[in-house]
Amino acid sequence: MRAALVVFCKECRESLRDRRVLTNTLLLGPLLGPLIFLVIMRLVVGHELEKAERPLPVVVIGAARAPELVAALRQLGMAARPPVADPELAVREQRIDLALRIAPGFAEDWQAGRPAEVEIIYDASRREAGSDVERLRAMLDGYSRRHGVLRLLARGLAPGLISPLIIAARDQATPQARGALLFGMLPYMLILTIFIGGLWLATDSTAGERERQSLEPLLINPVPRDRILLGKLLATACFSLASLCLGLLAFAIVGRFMPTEQLGRSLALGTHFVAVALPALLPLVLLICTAQVLIAAFARSVREAQTYLGLAQLVPVIPSILLSVMPVKAQLWMYAVPLLGQQLTLMRLLRAESVAGLGLALSALVTLLAVLLLFALARRVYESERLAISS
Amino acid sequence: MIEVRELRKCFGATRAVDDVSFVARDGEITGLLGPNGAGKTTTLRMLYTLMRPDAGSILVDGRDALREPLAVRRALGVLPDARGLYKRLTARENIEYFAALQGLERHVARSRTARLLGALDMGAISDRRTEGFSQGERVKTAIARALVHGPRNVLLDEPTNGLDVMATRSLREFLRALRAEGRCVLLSTHVMQEVAALCDRIVIIAHGRVVADGTSDELRARAGESQLEEAFMKLIGAASRADGLA
Repeated sequence: MRAALVVFCKECRESLRDRRVLTNTLLLGPLLGPLIFLVIMRLVVGHELEKAERPLPVVVIGAARAPELVAALRQLGMAARPPVADPELAVREQRIDLALRIAPGFAEDWQAGRPAEVEIIYDASRREAGSDVERLRAMLDGYSRRHGVLRLLARGLAPGLISPLIIAARDQATPQARGALLFGMLPYMLILTIFIGGLWLATDSTAGERERQSLEPLLINPVPRDRILLGKLLATACFSLASLCLGLLAFAIVGRFMPTEQLGRSLALGTHFVAVALPALLPLVLLICTAQVLIAAFARSVREAQTYLGLAQLVPVIPSILLSVMPVKAQLWMYAVPLLGQQLTLMRLLRAESVAGLGLALSALVTLLAVLLLFALARRVYESERLAISS
Repeated sequence: MIEVRELRKCFGATRAVDDVSFVARDGEITGLLGPNGAGKTTTLRMLYTLMRPDAGSILVDGRDALREPLAVRRALGVLPDARGLYKRLTARENIEYFAALQGLERHVARSRTARLLGALDMGAISDRRTEGFSQGERVKTAIARALVHGPRNVLLDEPTNGLDVMATRSLREFLRALRAEGRCVLLSTHVMQEVAALCDRIVIIAHGRVVADGTSDELRARAGESQLEEAFMKLIGAASRADGLA
């Protein structure tokens, strides 16, 4: 075992001296995910806030015919703009987004208690138009309903007569659960930090050593090859773990800067999340690193290893998509599938739901069994005669 | 002492090493001489247990390399054909890494490394990272790390490949010093001057077979030539004809 330790120390020391490794493993890998995340969230949140609060500019034609209506719409957030000569043409030419025309007979009809006409002029093919039109229509609907009720009351009728149906929509998603939908990609990003952390060392310590002709001298030392493999694997896992820890930390910090409350969405990214997620992901770190070392030992060159490992990074996308597309109930067997089990755990943690101890134990056990299997395979590749020989 | 008997290794249909036997004695420098592709590197790789022979036996100081590969590797110091260094480690760290893998205690490793750095005249470069080392500096570092555990037997695959005249001379001096210490030195080469200048015994290999084996004088006498080079050509030519290749 001493030999494995010697190999471990040398691999770590050598990697720590490589600025490229440090930036990729300990800076770019763990921080890129959270930063992209923060930017996306800011954009999404900013957009939603803007849509809800920003005054809605509407060109109003014939405002003098309905001063009361215009005043009421202003109160609801409409910014009335001065009229233009040909509003239809102006909308088509995209000079204005939205126009409201109050029909010439409006005042007369209104006074007489007849339905009075207003027109909304818009271009449905424009992306932003939909929500603005909806907003204006909702404002007009509200105004219309309020006056309808007043007219019924004036005639001594119950206002309930015109609304035989009451529709109440009550969303049962907890704020955390709504957040988790949005944050569905977070588990994948966390698992990606594990991949990125181990990538360089896994490639360099087998395929790289062979390419630089240092693997053959190394293997001539009186050390069983599985010890050398173990040392390299542990060093890979160590960097991978460091990357994961930094990633978790970065997400926890980024979580604080998320305007989640304003959106009614919140995310359990606190101490509890880190305290459960980290041990839950430890077996996965070993699994991913063993797979990386195995693939790198199997590949004939560094380039080939990098190609394979790049493809391997896409594997955890599958459970991510499965979990977001089919919102199935968490079942025990899911924990027994490596990657799926850990992603499920992360999802539940983010939603501030409890994670069953049995599930965690099962996930760890099966993942560790998979580690042993992959280690046995990597050992066979290491024992093979062709491992050291580059040409 | 290294004893090789009827060693055989095939790659697919090619017989890379076919029935090779020889003995390399302590206190002597033995040269494996042969053209490129003769099977020298494959023979050495079987000796240092990187490859398993299909048939035959290898004894190093009386130990069977097939049955006790770790013990044999401990008794060998090897400069293989591949001599890559870790470029982000210094020369000293490269050597101490192998010392640790040989199982040496730290203080022993330190003093042995320091002694080898002195013996190979590497004082000026010992604490520089090996990135950017010249070919000669790289070979010296590779030799130092191969010998850090003080092995009785030293194997070198084409040791002077790519070295300039100065480096070659000092390497020869170093190998003679190893012989003087009573070690068994076995080197492979395709360079005639190398064996002429250095080797006590010569094993000529061609097409995976031992063509001739003896001292320089014996080989010249056998071929009936006064120059070693002529003797070499004659002996190899005979082997080629026997194989129907030339």
